[in-house]
Amino acid sequence: MAQPSIEVILTRELSSALSTPVFLVDPKGNLLFYNEPAESILGCRFDETGEMSVEVWATMFVPSDVEGRPLPAEELPLVIALSERRPAHSSFYIKGLDGTAREIEVTAFPLIGHGARLRGAVAFFWERREP
Amino acid sequence: MNVAFWGTRGSLASPGPDTVRYGGNTSCVEVRSGEHLLILDAGTGIRRLGQAISPTQRRIDLLLTHLHMDHIQGLGFFAPLRRPDLEVHIWGPASATMTLAKRLSRYLSPPLFPVRVRDLECALELHELPTLCEIGPFRIRARHICHPGATVGYRIETDDGVLTYLPDHEPALGARPFPREPTWTSGYDLAEGADVLIHDAQYTRDEYPQRVGWGHSSLDDMLSFARLAAVRRLVPFHYDPGRSDDALDAALADAMGRASPTFPVTPSREGESFVVER
Repeated sequence: MAQPSIEVILTRELSSALSTPVFLVDPKGNLLFYNEPAESILGCRFDETGEMSVEVWATMFVPSDVEGRPLPAEELPLVIALSERRPAHSSFYIKGLDGTAREIEVTAFPLIGHGARLRGAVAFFWERREP
Repeated sequence: MNVAFWGTRGSLASPGPDTVRYGGNTSCVEVRSGEHLLILDAGTGIRRLGQAISPTQRRIDLLLTHLHMDHIQGLGFFAPLRRPDLEVHIWGPASATMTLAKRLSRYLSPPLFPVRVRDLECALELHELPTLCEIGPFRIRARHICHPGATVGYRIETDDGVLTYLPDHEPALGARPFPREPTWTSGYDLAEGADVLIHDAQYTRDEYPQRVGWGHSSLDDMLSFARLAAVRRLVPFHYDPGRSDDALDAALADAMGRASPTFPVTPSREGESFVVER
């Protein structure tokens, strides 16, 4: 693995200090890191999954809409943040690796660093619960 | 590749009887290979370097790591900038919103300085940093590193060896507990296996917790980083302006006693030089 940019290194460090679940990808969409709060929603520890290609993570959590239809990767906020270089937000269902389906709300931002270079993207997300 | 120190101090020039041995001028390092001359940073040390440059020198490349005052303050007093027969190339980082030219002009213009960039008489070219470039025999890689604002470190290679220059660097900020895996450590790929690493040596272990996020290393973290990167020789640099020579000796001895480095550690001293070789 090539060394991530300083912007990505610092984002990972920030996410390690947050109680908000965070998911961090490189400019190609490959998973670089998710933090401990994200582990309980995704149903697995990062140390167990490690880095993953976008093709793997975009399907392994089985993102789907309220009707249970699978969401294509290009509709996921992180993929939109990367491909269109803009923030994106949506809510949908995922199935954690622990087998539990959860409704999550996701806001993703592109990480545009020095020289306007795209360094990756980061998603902040949380589980939606009925009030 | 020959390296000479014209300024080793960090943050603020600190001349005086307590800093005679390590020096009081701020960051400036001369790097030569044959007739080719690189200057790393333009702290107050660059004034004396300017006086030592031969009138036959036709080109100078000045590599700025960032634009904090202690790295550019000497620029206005660098006499070669007033030589019409000299080609000067200044390389440095732009910020998110400003070009390198605009950033430099904020210092080299009234009210901070009476002379403007456009008034300099040399043939001046400004270059916003690419990732890689070649200047004569030097193969140079620049990369943003952990320090507030747009700041880069340099890896400079010739057929003789590899020199890495990270004068303002806080790798522990992005990698706690420190050290941890190399890939996620700021500056690692610049320093990996370098023959000589010139590195930030601003704080003691006890000072650092009160200065986290200020962009500098403790001596202990500097030694850990050098070990992680498996460098062949470490040269501490960018000393705190409040540190006397005696206090620096004591702090280095203390940190070295804890780290027991297996590589030579030779603190930079203004006026000293050495050769980089494999």
